[in-house]
Parts: sequence; C-alpha cells; structure tokens
Amino acid sequence: MRVWVPLDAAAKALGADEVAGALARDFDVTRNGTRGMIWLEPLVEVERDGIRYGYGPVEPDDVAGLVDVLRSGADHSLALGPVEDLPWMKAQKRLTFARVGVIDPLSVAEYEAQGGFAGLRRAIALGPEAIVDEVTQSGLRGRGGAGFPTGIKWKTVAGAKADQKYIVCNADEGDSGSFADRMLMEGDPLTLIEGMAIAGIAVGATRGYCYIRSEYPDAIRVMEAAITLAREEGMLGASVLGSAHAFDMEVRVGAGAYVCGEETSLLNSLEGKRGTVRAKPPIPALEGFLGKPTVVNNLISLGTIPWILANGGAEYAKLGIGRSKGTIPIQIAGNVKHGGLFEAAFGLTLDQIINEIGGGTASGRPVKAAQVGGPLGAYIPAKDFDVPFGYEELAGREGLLGHAGITVFDDSADMLKLARFAMEFCAVESCGKCTPCRIGSVRGVETIDRIAAGDADAIPVLTDLCNTMKWGSLCALGGFAPFPVMSALTHFPDEFSGRGTPRKEAAE
Amino acid sequence: MSHAAISADFSDRLDAIIALHKEREGPLLPILHDIQAEWDYIPEEAQPVIAAALGMTRAEVHGVVSFYHDFRDHPAGRHVLRLCRAEACQSMGADALADQVRAALGIDFHETTPDGRLTLEPVFCLGLCACGPSAQMGDRLLGRANLAKVQKLVAEAGA
Repeated sequence: MRVWVPLDAAAKALGADEVAGALARDFDVTRNGTRGMIWLEPLVEVERDGIRYGYGPVEPDDVAGLVDVLRSGADHSLALGPVEDLPWMKAQKRLTFARVGVIDPLSVAEYEAQGGFAGLRRAIALGPEAIVDEVTQSGLRGRGGAGFPTGIKWKTVAGAKADQKYIVCNADEGDSGSFADRMLMEGDPLTLIEGMAIAGIAVGATRGYCYIRSEYPDAIRVMEAAITLAREEGMLGASVLGSAHAFDMEVRVGAGAYVCGEETSLLNSLEGKRGTVRAKPPIPALEGFLGKPTVVNNLISLGTIPWILANGGAEYAKLGIGRSKGTIPIQIAGNVKHGGLFEAAFGLTLDQIINEIGGGTASGRPVKAAQVGGPLGAYIPAKDFDVPFGYEELAGREGLLGHAGITVFDDSADMLKLARFAMEFCAVESCGKCTPCRIGSVRGVETIDRIAAGDADAIPVLTDLCNTMKWGSLCALGGFAPFPVMSALTHFPDEFSGRGTPRKEAAE
Repeated sequence: MSHAAISADFSDRLDAIIALHKEREGPLLPILHDIQAEWDYIPEEAQPVIAAALGMTRAEVHGVVSFYHDFRDHPAGRHVLRLCRAEACQSMGADALADQVRAALGIDFHETTPDGRLTLEPVFCLGLCACGPSAQMGDRLLGRANLAKVQKLVAEAGA
C-alpha cells in the first residue's frame, strides 16, 4: 500500500523524516513535496480506491496507532478526508504548483503523467519568436518583486547578438515570510528545469544557472538530482527532447548574502566576485553574466513558463486583476493559524488571505499588522486589509508585493523594534556600494534609538533619511528598507513617541 | 602557522579542489565552498594559492571571502546551531527563544562553548516561515521550536 510523507524542509522540521521512517516498516513510502498546508505537516497521505486521504499533523508517536487506520479507513482524530476536497485545496487555482505534493518530485513518469513536458514540446514546435509572443501575451511579470514583464525581458535578450547567452534563475529567496521557491524546488524541480529550457530556446541561450541560497540544503540536493535526471531524459543536453536546440544547466550555491537576491549582485556572485550591486545600464539582458546577454528571472516566473506554454498565454492572462495577470503563490506566514502556500489568481484582499484563508493569528490574539513582501515590504495595518493583492494595488498603499510572502503579527508586535530591525538588517546586509544604503541604514538604527529614548526631534530626521535612502540608493535593499520603517511610523505613531529609556541591542 | 598549513596533505587537497573547479565559469565560490567543507573554514594560507590559480590578486580573493557571511576565517565549534532571527520567526517569539537559548548555553551569537562543541549563529530565514520559530543544526531542521526542542536537538547531536 502506498503512502506519501513530504520531504519538504518544513515537513522535515516538524518530524516528517521520523514519521516516514516509522511508516516504511508497513508501507511503500513515497516522499512528495508539501501540499502547502504547513499547519498540518507532517501530512501523511494514503491511497485507497484511487483517492488520496490525508492525516495530519502526524507525530512520530502517532504512527503505531495509524497503521491499521491507514489500511482500513477507520475513524481517527487525525483523519482529514480526501486531500483534494479540503477547503484550502479546493479554493486554490494551482497552476505553477499543480504537481507539488502530488507527485514524487524525482519521478519523470509521474511528472509526465501530470502534464510535464507539454510546455516544452509545444515550445519546440512553436520556435523562439512564438514562445516570446506567448509569454508576452500571458502578461507574466517578475515574481521576485520588481514586476518587470517577462516577455519584454526575453525579447531584449532574444534580439541581442552574442556568441553565448545565459539563463539565470534567481533562487536566492532570502525574504522572511517567503518559501515558494524552496517549495517548488523540493516538490517539483523538473518544472523549473523545463521552464529554463524553454527560456533558453526562446532567447537562444544554451547555458543556465540556478543560483540557490546556501540556507536551502534540501532544495539544493533535490535540484541537483533533478538536473541529473533531466539530462538522462534528454530534457537537457545537446538536443533538448530531440530538437535542434541545446541547453544545459547547473546549480550554484550562494554564501549567505541577502543582497545577492538583487539580480546584478547575483551575477557578480555567480562570477565569483563580491556580491556588490552593479549600476544599470547596462542591463543584464544585454550585458549580464560574464558580460553576455542574460535572462535573470525569478524562480516562480520560470516555474510558471511551462504552464503558459502548454495552455497558452491568453489562458493565463484571463486570470488576475488590472496589470497583475495570472496566479500568484501567496505565502501566509508568521503568527497565523493556517500558514502555508496558497496559489490563487491575483485579486484576493489581504483580509480574505489573512483572516479567512489563514484563519487569523496562531496566538488567537487580534491581528495588528502584516508585513507584505519580505523584510523590505511595508507593514500594512489591519484596518487597510481591504487592499487587493496585486502589484499596483499594493504600491497604491505605499506597499510592495515583493515575493508574495505575508508575515502576520498579533497585537503584541513592537512596531518600533520591527522598524529598527529593518534598518539593522539593511546595515548588516548592505553590499556597501552606495552611500545612502551603507551609511543611511546605520544612521537609521541610531535615529530610531534616539526616538525610542524620547527624542521627538529625531522623527523628522528619520523621515528625511528614509526619503534619501528611497530615492538615492542603487538597488532595492537601501531603496526599499524605508518601506517597513515608514509604514510602521505612519500607521503606529504612538509607538514612536519615546519610552524614556535607550533600547538595548535587539539582534546581533 | 595555523593547523591547516602544517597538515601534510593540505596543499594536495587544496590543489585538487582548485583543479576540480578551475575551468568552470565563475569558479571562486564553488572552490571556497569545497574548502570550507574540507576544513570547516577558509584557511588564510589558501588565499594566495587560489589567487595565483585563478589569475586574481590576494586582495580580490580576500575581498570575496570576507564579503559572504558563510565563509569563516577560523573553525567553528564541532556543531553549529543556527537560530532564525527574521521577521516571521520574530512574530512567533524568536527573540525570547534566542534569549533562552543563549542563557541555557551560556554563549552569545557568534560564540563557541568553551569545550569547542557548539557554535551559536543567527540566520536570516530558513524558509520555514509558516512554522516558526525555526532552527537548524547540520542536516536537522526544527520548526515550532522552543527551548526544550532546541535542547533535545543539541543533546541528540552530542553537542
């Protein structure tokens, strides 16, 4: 009898390896990706009469009592019913994550049976120009946060003349509250490889790199195994699926620098340099890795390409709101009852996401604010949760979509401390290239400490400093660090009225 | 002179690592990762050798080593315990957990226990943001961490 126990890092962190080990004595255990319902992990699934039933969260000690239940389907306190029928699953529009949690991530047969290769086959039949047209038509925009139209980027690289071009996947997912990249790499790595191969064919690039942060050892292992598999299957190599196109790729591992999620510092890091930001122009599309035309795309953007090619750009563009087309893997994180990954068309409000889907806080206390889009994203107060989830919609509220991670805080959150943390993080992670970020972030910490000590005159200084950083920094690190700081100050001014005592060091 | 420099096969191992990656595009980070995997840090004596092999200056190599948080200029304790300090974990009490762990171990971040068994490091996001606070030790990950779970993790590793 076949059972599934996720190999996803979050499931492992909650004991999935021990659970899988215990179940292996009685069952044929497949390690799948996570369905994204992290509060139910480890989520054990068993197939009875062609339907997959879920049980969770399963602790290693629960296994002994579950063995007979899994076979018979008898009642059990951890029984959830058919997984596909759970409200969390039914309410989603899973395109990019369609196979995650369903298949064995390293089974080519299961990948293909669930729609794998269809995008690549159609891409080969269409040829480069028509591929770029499909992507342009889909309205897909950079899922790393910048939101640049993917089709336009590809067209630029396709039009560039060079003896070598590159596809670089940005898997340096450093934003707290984000784990979509990790989840896709661990749960359906072949999708990403397929997307990169399609990108390569579209722009005439024969080599690709997937730059993964070192904090994701599990994702690195799965990706490397998947690349080996893809070579054996002919998805990578001198003739991609027997076509006239060559494409191969490899994994490169970061070294703990948050700023390397910025595309130009990522390229420097890939070249073996300090991960400092490059001034633009030249844009990477024309002079990227080793000075050659390079597509640098976020992992989710590339992972969505196979669906777009298989189903057509027009189909994708039917979903979403305004200029935010298609689906977005929303990561609901932090102090939330039902945390995890929820893929949906753009347009849900934050209230729907946090309170309905997420079920409010884990602590049971009122939601105070949510930081949307990572450490550089704004703190959005609960009263503004009517904002729809979209690039322009969040920008209209002085916020960011970022990598679509949402970190929920309850009413015990200390907004001044969080603002200070944002500046401190920026100071620690600044690459040092530009002054507003390098010096500004250090002065920002000092200025917030003055405010905390009761110096009200420091508030206009902080506002002015944030303005300088926002407009004067070379990249988004210094440029966006003011978002969490100013949003905390604007929406929670009472917490910046001083407390009369200097603050001790919060983090290192 | 450091321990690594007087080790008999240091040069041979270093040369082998460099040779393995030298022809790759952008070989320096893969070389440094392998060196740290071998010796647990980047011995200073390795830097001029790498520089010569890759046609870089010593200053350039040093600049790269010192830029990245991952690369150490001295060995860590036998085990490294990493506690996430990022916002999602903060929202679930990571700061309080860090205080408890520091008190229990008697060391601060970036410090090693006097017996050399355990180094405590902060980490900014392990991607376990829906089950915080989180921690990592070697291959082991910990979600919904508390002091008891962290102590169990440390004890099981023999640290």
